[in-house]
Amino acid sequence: MLTVQGVSTSYGHIQALHGVDIDIRKGEIVTLIGANGAGKTTLLMTICGKPRVTGGRIVFGERDISQLPTFEIVRLGIAQAPEGRRVFPRMSVLENLQMGAIVADPAHFDADCHRVFKLFPILDQRKSQRAGTLSGGEQQMLSIGRALMSRPRLLLLDEPSLGLAPMIVKQIFSVIRDINEREGMTVFLVEQNAFHALRLAHRGYVLANGRVVLQGTGQELLANREVRAAYLEGGH
Amino acid sequence: MDARALLKDAGLAAFVAFALAFPMVGFQTIDVSGSHGITVVTRFGDVAIAVALVFIGRLALSLLQNRAMRLPILVLSAALAVGLPLLTTSYPVITWLSVIATAVIAVRAAWLVFDIADVVGRDEGNHLRDATAFIGRWFGPVLVVFAVLFPFLPMTSRYILDLGILVLTYVMLGWGLNVVVGLAGLLDLGYVAFYAVGAYSYAIIAQTFGWSFWVCLPLAGLFAAFFGVILGFPVLRLRGDYLAIVTLGFGEIIRIILLNWSSFSGGPNGISGVPRPSFLGFPFTANPPEGTRAFHQLFGLDFAPEHRIVFLYYLILALALVTNIFTLRIRKLPIGRAWEALREDEVACRALGINPTNTKLTAFAIGAMFAGFAGAFFATRQGFISPESFSFLESAVILAIVVLDGMGSQIGVVLAAVLLIGIPEFFRELAQFRMLAFGAAMVGIMIWRPRGLLAHRDPSIHLPKAVGGGA
Repeated sequence: MLTVQGVSTSYGHIQALHGVDIDIRKGEIVTLIGANGAGKTTLLMTICGKPRVTGGRIVFGERDISQLPTFEIVRLGIAQAPEGRRVFPRMSVLENLQMGAIVADPAHFDADCHRVFKLFPILDQRKSQRAGTLSGGEQQMLSIGRALMSRPRLLLLDEPSLGLAPMIVKQIFSVIRDINEREGMTVFLVEQNAFHALRLAHRGYVLANGRVVLQGTGQELLANREVRAAYLEGGH
Repeated sequence: MDARALLKDAGLAAFVAFALAFPMVGFQTIDVSGSHGITVVTRFGDVAIAVALVFIGRLALSLLQNRAMRLPILVLSAALAVGLPLLTTSYPVITWLSVIATAVIAVRAAWLVFDIADVVGRDEGNHLRDATAFIGRWFGPVLVVFAVLFPFLPMTSRYILDLGILVLTYVMLGWGLNVVVGLAGLLDLGYVAFYAVGAYSYAIIAQTFGWSFWVCLPLAGLFAAFFGVILGFPVLRLRGDYLAIVTLGFGEIIRIILLNWSSFSGGPNGISGVPRPSFLGFPFTANPPEGTRAFHQLFGLDFAPEHRIVFLYYLILALALVTNIFTLRIRKLPIGRAWEALREDEVACRALGINPTNTKLTAFAIGAMFAGFAGAFFATRQGFISPESFSFLESAVILAIVVLDGMGSQIGVVLAAVLLIGIPEFFRELAQFRMLAFGAAMVGIMIWRPRGLLAHRDPSIHLPKAVGGGA
């Protein structure tokens, strides 16, 4: 569904990605793990068109999207819950969802809202509250819900567990599994929380210094000694 | 608080008042005819009165902490606020100051006596929402009815009506700028440029082609919107301070072009003899040209110059209401929501598939269009326009109206326009203290309502109960 072929990206003179290859197939959860500064978020943003690729190409469906502006990429069916959640703080929960649906057919709006409230019942209780007054976990749920409102074919999640309590992380990850299993949503999950991400994902990639250094199924990577040493030792 | 602490507190306030009032109020320089230069007149009596006022006022405010004292203070201060203007007439400044001071104390006392804060204010957010919802539901329609009846009220003189027209012009400009600043969050310091474009387009088109007001009005709006897009393009990437500077420059560019391009705009002499509006083709003149009928003949009235003023009043009222309804509606449309989202977080907007370029340009264009309409109205009302009317100060006043209202609420703009345009007129009696009183009022607003008069935005959407209520 989404193929990243030998993609390189630079910020000015500093090259952040060096020929990254990633393949996401329909109906999969694919995770990308790596340390701070490995280039995880950069890859996700490159898929969305900012920064632009300096080498290689990104194909979504049949189409090369590497030269499209962000808003057109989104309209093709890629939705993103960006890093740091980025909900609209002064707008209500419902208005945030409405913003997510801005590229979707308005006829689906009520049904889609209902679907999001079913996934995240807490949002239903909070729906007329301003998004800025929500807790971190609720904002993350809203960010994912907002992304779902556009009826995407591919959902990109950037560190949904960042700064959240373990309980909430569990809940969010179970919702990700839910929408994947029940609705067949394809998910590309960028995470630092390698343990949870690899348990959830069908396949995973490990990124280090802008290169893919390992790939395999979630189980394989969980069992891999290097992965354990680098990302899983201590805790969990 | 015990009596000594109270007195000490009030004494301190009085001392500050004295330190301020002694140099500023205590000495006045006047130009006595016959003598050379100016003479200094001392006014220590006024200083004493001012200090005494502050002392008593501070004491009263402190005593409000004590429940038993609240009602007497309320009665006393309310009585003084009403009674003082009747008692003294010789000292307008002091009288006004005392009235305002006592009125403030009375309002504060009433607030506490009737436990307004306790009843609805259990949490500030709820209280504000209730109050704003109430104001939105009832105050708006009442205000519209009042505005419609305004020209026929007994107190409405020609002067008051003119003032009403002026206030409504600024209300309209405020609502227009609110689209750009309040909704889309693009700080525009050159809004007056579009006002000028509208005024000059109207004046030049109407004079050159002799078309009627109703043909030229949309054209003026169109031209202004076009200029909005022209300004929009270079500033698309700018935000905050940088955007403000460029828009400020744009406003000045337009004014300076108008000032210097004499063959086109008449330069500093401006354009005079701008055609007056007519009532569906019936002019407001005492002696209409051959073959046409004037407004008063149409309705069988005696000719009166007030007819045109009343007509202008209703014209600007209609234009302002159109602006209002338009902005209220567009907030519920995808483009309006996109504006608000853009104000909140541009990156998130892109990630949701919003085209920020088009969104910003439409905000600039629509905001500018309303300024263009207002400009056309201004030109036809004045009959004369010159670059002087479109200085930066105008932009600043319009922006102040929008900021004062708390950015986003529609009623707030009305209140702010009445305050900013009305108060300086209202304080005219204070002569040289007029701007001082105006400044004091602004400082007061910023202290008591730092986020604007009505700093609250209502969500533009509610789900019907059936859909969301179940889960």
